Amino acid sequence: MSQNVFEPWNDPDATPLIQFRNVTKRFGDFVAIDDQSFDIYEKEFFALLGPSGCGKTTMMRMLAGFETPTEGSILLNGQDIAPIPPNKRAVNMMFQSYALFPHLTVWDNIAFGLKRSAMPKLEIAARVEEMLKLTRLERFARRKPHQISGGQRQRVALARSLAKAPKLLLLDEPMGALDAKLRQATQFELMDIQETTGTTFVIVTHDQEEAMTVASRVAVMDTGRIIQADIPRIIYEVPVSRYVADFIGDVNLFEGTARARDTAPDAAAKPVDAAPDGAARPRGTAQPDQRGKRLHDRLLKYFIGPRADAPRQLAPPTADAPAPGSEPTETGGIAIDWADGEPPLIASNGDPSLDGQRVTLALRPEKLGISKTRPDVANALQGKVIDIAYLGNLSTYHVELAGGIMAKVQAANTRRVAERDITWNDTVWISFRETAGVVLTE
Amino acid sequence: MRRAALILVPYLWLLALFLVPFLIVFKISLSDIALAIPPYTPTLDLSEGWQGIRDFVSRLDFENFVFLTTDDLYWRAYLSSVQIALIATVLTLLVGYPIAYGMASAPDHWRPTLMMLVILPFWTSFLIRVYSWMGILSTEGYLNQVLLGLGVISSPLTILNTNTAVYIGIVYTYMPFMILPIYSTLERMDGSLLEAAEDLGCSRIKAFWLITVPLSKSGIIAGCFLVFIPTVGEFVIPSLLGGSDTLMIGKVLWEEFFNNRDWPVASAVAIVLLLILVIPIVLFQRNVEKQRETEG
Repeated sequence: MSQNVFEPWNDPDATPLIQFRNVTKRFGDFVAIDDQSFDIYEKEFFALLGPSGCGKTTMMRMLAGFETPTEGSILLNGQDIAPIPPNKRAVNMMFQSYALFPHLTVWDNIAFGLKRSAMPKLEIAARVEEMLKLTRLERFARRKPHQISGGQRQRVALARSLAKAPKLLLLDEPMGALDAKLRQATQFELMDIQETTGTTFVIVTHDQEEAMTVASRVAVMDTGRIIQADIPRIIYEVPVSRYVADFIGDVNLFEGTARARDTAPDAAAKPVDAAPDGAARPRGTAQPDQRGKRLHDRLLKYFIGPRADAPRQLAPPTADAPAPGSEPTETGGIAIDWADGEPPLIASNGDPSLDGQRVTLALRPEKLGISKTRPDVANALQGKVIDIAYLGNLSTYHVELAGGIMAKVQAANTRRVAERDITWNDTVWISFRETAGVVLTE
Repeated sequence: MRRAALILVPYLWLLALFLVPFLIVFKISLSDIALAIPPYTPTLDLSEGWQGIRDFVSRLDFENFVFLTTDDLYWRAYLSSVQIALIATVLTLLVGYPIAYGMASAPDHWRPTLMMLVILPFWTSFLIRVYSWMGILSTEGYLNQVLLGLGVISSPLTILNTNTAVYIGIVYTYMPFMILPIYSTLERMDGSLLEAAEDLGCSRIKAFWLITVPLSKSGIIAGCFLVFIPTVGEFVIPSLLGGSDTLMIGKVLWEEFFNNRDWPVASAVAIVLLLILVIPIVLFQRNVEKQRETEG
């Protein structure tokens, strides 16, 4: 593990800035947050991602102090913040509606928080100018919020919430009101500002692309629980459940019964924890515990080399579609019987102990290949092209497989459309490597 | 063409119901008192043609306006009316603002009911409601009976026929005009503004003064004018609830008309009252326009 990579959540010595400890929040009978514990580290850009009503906003409002947990506690720098009212917290929030004060100028909006502190006037002015510069709003300082554009308002809201240099900045759907182009530009701007100021950001969003772009870690939420919290790459490549796989991006889900495959002699040498499959990837079993990690990092690594860290670092699905005549199929893993009369799907990264259980093989559309002749790879399924969505750089093919199952295949348009050899109603083969998918049990 | 017709409607309305009566009153104010029906002279006689009109105009003068300056009763009455109206407006604001605030912060499903309750008194005659205050405030009235019964006071309070009773009457009668505009500005206010203020370090009380009050300013101004303007010329409340020392121009006007049967002087009093009120009316219109500007 290289030292300059920002991964405090993997460092046992790092102390988290925010700790949720068994936090439950109920509104009457409704459970908004269900017994959640997790940490957010300093300088992190943490995204809470989920559909509306999943509890992400409640989570944020508890951090800001507008709601208090029904059970459990939230620690900021190790101190319980429950008794601290919102106006005394070193936490600032950027509201979804921006909540700019309409009767105050841009300058006064940004200065509002500073004026409430004991800061001398000259320092306030200097700080406001600094914020105006950071958000490139110098020219609009004397305008009222209704005299500037939506994108400018968004920047005023950001400048206002950053002015007091909070330890933690909360952003509630900060780009919800912007159009797609502006949103993209703003996302990068936001990342720059986060880096420049070194503030810890927590962003709430329902836009998975936004979360993946800006965040160092993404927590995918559903009905009051965090289903998976990890770096964007892992969330996308190794989702832990069908819900996460389905929520993030496009996915093909093949349901079937797992059957353990023969293990070749050389496969025995492979570590068991090479299985990236979601449910069978409990962090505790394959890894040393906290004390073990520390022992390893402080002492053992000098003798036996660095520790292979988290299982998620192992066996991510291979990215590219199989080339014809590729290397022989890997042994081990599982085969999945998914439809009568069809060959089983081979997933060499599946856990053989799942033998006999119902499992789902999740495959990203871009990890499938599409061709008119059967390629020589582990998995090849015949189907008919029903629909082609042309996206410019990419095309998405909707292919009907046996039993009426629809599969989505994404391929780069390396040739111009006129020269493309696959068209509607063609019989095609979709293919993928034995390591392309993720085996899910939930 | 069609647009011109549409614009014409309100102007015709204004002409028929404001400008024409105003000109008639103005004409009477320039006449002299007479023992006749109508009780003033000259009257316009169109049968004599052009000569008659010239004759009529030549007999009009500003004598009555000059008269108003000679008797200090009139300017004292104007001043006292403005003073009572100002105090009553402030009192109405002090009572009305919390009510409007409470309504705006009530749960959504409660609001129509609360709004109904504010408007409900309009369903009964204004006169009856003022009369019923006499029943409450008189020496043997309900208020004194309750206070005596509770042992709060040992001898009945004299409230009726004092300025206090006039204030109570005005505050009660004009309350809805204060509540409704304030409520409408408070209701439109985005609740997250207060959360944002709190988030930036304001206490709740500070947030109220720095955010809620400035943002409801247009409602406060509108409400104050809606109470102040009719109160200056108020006649029923001071004559029913007020005492002999309650001096209000509305009462003076009434006495000139009905006790003295001096229509020309009464008309002059009315014209001056209108001129006094033009200032706040113009200011009120400005406020409305300004509010539209910031919203648009």
